[in-house]
Amino acid sequence: MNQAYETSATLAGYNFAFLDEQTKRMLRRAILKAVAIPGYQVPFGSREMPLPYGWGTGGMQVTAAVIGAKDVLKVIDQGADDTTNAVSIRHFFVRMTNVATTEKTREATLIQTRHRVPETPLSEGQILVYQVPIPEPLRWLEPRETETRKMHALSEYGVMHVKLYEDIAQHGHISTAYDYPVLVNGRYLMRCSPIPKFDTPKLHMNAALQLFGAGREKRIYAVPPYTEVKPLDFEDHPFEVERWPEDCALCGAQDSFLDEVILDDRGGRMFVCSDTDYCGERRAAGHTGRMSAPYKEEAAE
Amino acid sequence: MTPDLDQTPLLSVEALNKSFGRHVACHDISFDLWPGEVLGIVGESGSGKSTLLNAIAGRLPVDSGKILYRAASNSIVDLASASDAQRRHLMRTEWGFVQQHARDGLRMGFSAGANIGERLMALGDKHYGKLRDTALDWLRAVEIAPERIDDLPRTFSGGMQQRLQIARNLVTRPRIVLMDEPTGGLDVSVQARLLDLIRRLVQEHHVACIVVTHDLGVARLLAHRLMVMRHGQVVEAGLTDQLLDDPQHAYTQLLVSSVLSV
Repeated sequence: MNQAYETSATLAGYNFAFLDEQTKRMLRRAILKAVAIPGYQVPFGSREMPLPYGWGTGGMQVTAAVIGAKDVLKVIDQGADDTTNAVSIRHFFVRMTNVATTEKTREATLIQTRHRVPETPLSEGQILVYQVPIPEPLRWLEPRETETRKMHALSEYGVMHVKLYEDIAQHGHISTAYDYPVLVNGRYLMRCSPIPKFDTPKLHMNAALQLFGAGREKRIYAVPPYTEVKPLDFEDHPFEVERWPEDCALCGAQDSFLDEVILDDRGGRMFVCSDTDYCGERRAAGHTGRMSAPYKEEAAE
Repeated sequence: MTPDLDQTPLLSVEALNKSFGRHVACHDISFDLWPGEVLGIVGESGSGKSTLLNAIAGRLPVDSGKILYRAASNSIVDLASASDAQRRHLMRTEWGFVQQHARDGLRMGFSAGANIGERLMALGDKHYGKLRDTALDWLRAVEIAPERIDDLPRTFSGGMQQRLQIARNLVTRPRIVLMDEPTGGLDVSVQARLLDLIRRLVQEHHVACIVVTHDLGVARLLAHRLMVMRHGQVVEAGLTDQLLDDPQHAYTQLLVSSVLSV
């Protein structure tokens, strides 16, 4: 309690941002190392968090280590700010730090995300924290941790192409749709957490600092601002992102990741932006989509 | 003066020792392997044959001794003291290892084509079409129907799996292939076909082989030279025909006389 920002507004009996200062120092050391070696998985002493493994304990620990009283926090789950995981984690940090929160990507200084990168381009000074279930890209190809570490050390990444080869052989195209393997800064092979491959190009030369935390697996890794992130592919089967048959039914966006929503049992469906903030912002700016008329009231809210 | 390449051995093992605790698995073993030569190592179970093979392949650290390999770049590398990076690179490019059980040497969850292409991809080959063409060529070379390229190895018979493993190793045109009981567990007709295939490939690609086997028949068909091992020591070595026709050491005599003939 020796720092000015720790006010009595946070929950009594808890340190600012839940973790004690020594734990945060340990996390920050790991984060600094991760930033210094882009894409390298730094082991850290993962702590028990008040929610189950797999729900974002790694991301929460990274967030807790970097959050300050003046930060503005945004939490996304599958692109939405109002799903259970996002609401719970946001509520947790409000209780533990009393920081301001927002749903606007532009206004946030710190964004914790699960499964999506915001559509709105990030800017310098922002930090994006990913929740990572399995940090090791070679895990399903090589079960031994000692061996995968050696493979990383020696840059033996050819085997990753075996998986992509198999995709093409079985499906005619690279069917890996999320958690697409990337090479960071020309050196380390990295899993970019289960974001759709649509988002993979956004990691490349991003102005924001991107931190990845895997709580159960006890690894932290990072992509510093303006770092090269290259998806693996074949010369004759280059990397491609998903496309949809329609534009967003609410805001008409053609450049965003769309979720398919089933409307009835007669094949009726609509496609809407997965990033709720982006969609709302576009609708507020007057953009409309194919089905936006009946939804106007809700949109104007 | 440039040394005559065929006059220098490809691989020289010098005074190799390997123990597991108090148990001596390989004691003071030395031999040379020449380009294009097939060396058979025979002996009963537990005689240290497989340990020797694994030690040469760098899969087991040796206690003492040298494993001098003349690389394609013509420099001599001591594999016993080489760096991990160098040894693993050689193993992926200039060496091959055929396991007794094909499922140890294959990626069972990936198709035949991916298995053949793996080494090429590890070397940076990133053109799907070319990888596929190479895989088809090799499937034909090892007598597997090309239309099975996208099938998983677990749908293959034991003999086919073993042939696929051989193709997967030969795809980078290695200079040495180590084989650990390549025909173990196969029925005799499949064994005969596989032996024919190995003989043909070894000759066509001029690859040197070390074949570990307990089957003297296999050794007689494949190997130019034989080493007989017992209790971790080489008890007798020589040309295959000579050694089998006129065994000198008591143990070799026992081994030869215990072969069943039909």
